[in-house]
Amino acid sequence: MERDDLIQDNNYSVSANHDEAHGLVIRKKIWKVTGILTLITVIEVLIGAFIKQYDAAGEDNFLWPYVKIGFLVLTVVKAAYIVLIFMHLGDERKSFKWVILAPYILFIAYLIFICLAESTYWHEVFQGENSINP
Amino acid sequence: MAGQSKNISRSELWGGNGSPFRISYGKQWMWMFLVSDALTFGGLLTAYGFARHQAPSWPIGEETFNAMPFLGNGYPLLYVALMTFILIVSSVTMVLAVEAGHRLDKKGVVKWLLLTVVGGLFFVGSQGWEWYHFIHGTHYGSILTPEGWAVVDYNTANELILRMGRGLTVTGAEAKALFDGATATMQGANLIENEYAPLVPQYANFFFFITGFHGFHVFSGVVFNFIILINVIRGVYDKRGHYEMVEKVGLYWHFVDLVWVFVFTFFYLL
Repeated sequence: MERDDLIQDNNYSVSANHDEAHGLVIRKKIWKVTGILTLITVIEVLIGAFIKQYDAAGEDNFLWPYVKIGFLVLTVVKAAYIVLIFMHLGDERKSFKWVILAPYILFIAYLIFICLAESTYWHEVFQGENSINP
Repeated sequence: MAGQSKNISRSELWGGNGSPFRISYGKQWMWMFLVSDALTFGGLLTAYGFARHQAPSWPIGEETFNAMPFLGNGYPLLYVALMTFILIVSSVTMVLAVEAGHRLDKKGVVKWLLLTVVGGLFFVGSQGWEWYHFIHGTHYGSILTPEGWAVVDYNTANELILRMGRGLTVTGAEAKALFDGATATMQGANLIENEYAPLVPQYANFFFFITGFHGFHVFSGVVFNFIILINVIRGVYDKRGHYEMVEKVGLYWHFVDLVWVFVFTFFYLL
């Protein structure tokens, strides 16, 4: 069997090699992204530790819905840095980027929508005002 | 990467004799595998969201996970933040190993890949500790009082405190009365019941399954990284003229980090 990692001409793997000067630029970028990811994690933990879901009387904290959305946004930002920079998807050809991202995003967006819609209905049936629970 | 971003005409790109994406077969199918694996995790986390959204109540992450090794309780989220940081750093050492590989710097690859393996082992160990703590439960366990489930605790003066959930506590004579009226006890977590969410036993099932499935991915990632590390030391990739295998296991390792970012958000922060 022919091994594609040993072919010498038209070899994408070898063309990915770079020199010392270019490596310096890449390493600088890596450390910058490391700082950003660490900073986001620290911010998330500080928010989680200091903003409570409930106030002293046990009532819902009015800030919490915004905090929740904030957490989701920060998570997606972190994920984007990991996929585009660490996994180098940002450096691949545009056609490949979409082959990977488009089906995944479409399918998961649909799955989230259908599950939230259905579980909202379940909540009403089992826990709502006219619940079937005794 | 470099060299692949140049403009190529469409007829040349899609005319055969090479990948139209200008990446190797192995790397392309590692990506395809990761997409399918990401769909598995996406499905699991969405199922978790489903159960959580329809449940009557759900435990608060910073109340359930507030212990530190050697220090005891009262450190909300700190330990899991440390775990997250370890995994991010091991992701960084991995990407540095890939970069060293592109310069054919064998020594650099060995150094960074070894650090990645060590970071991965630290993470798996931390997860083991986290599970141990989760299974054992709170120090005194929980009781079913006439007013619902409560976590039993004592302050430094050895006075009874009942934590009723939603951040509410009961102390003094009232706590004593509730304590004496308790009809059931529970401590820790298993697949049938758990004291963190007595009304929703699925909570512990989801925790065990999703963090367990992720932990197994981390463990296999450590094994893959170790195998590639041995090959690097033996000089296999030096002879081949490129370190693409390091890049491929690197993709898998970053994926493991990526999944943890989401697990961290949904189990601990929200």
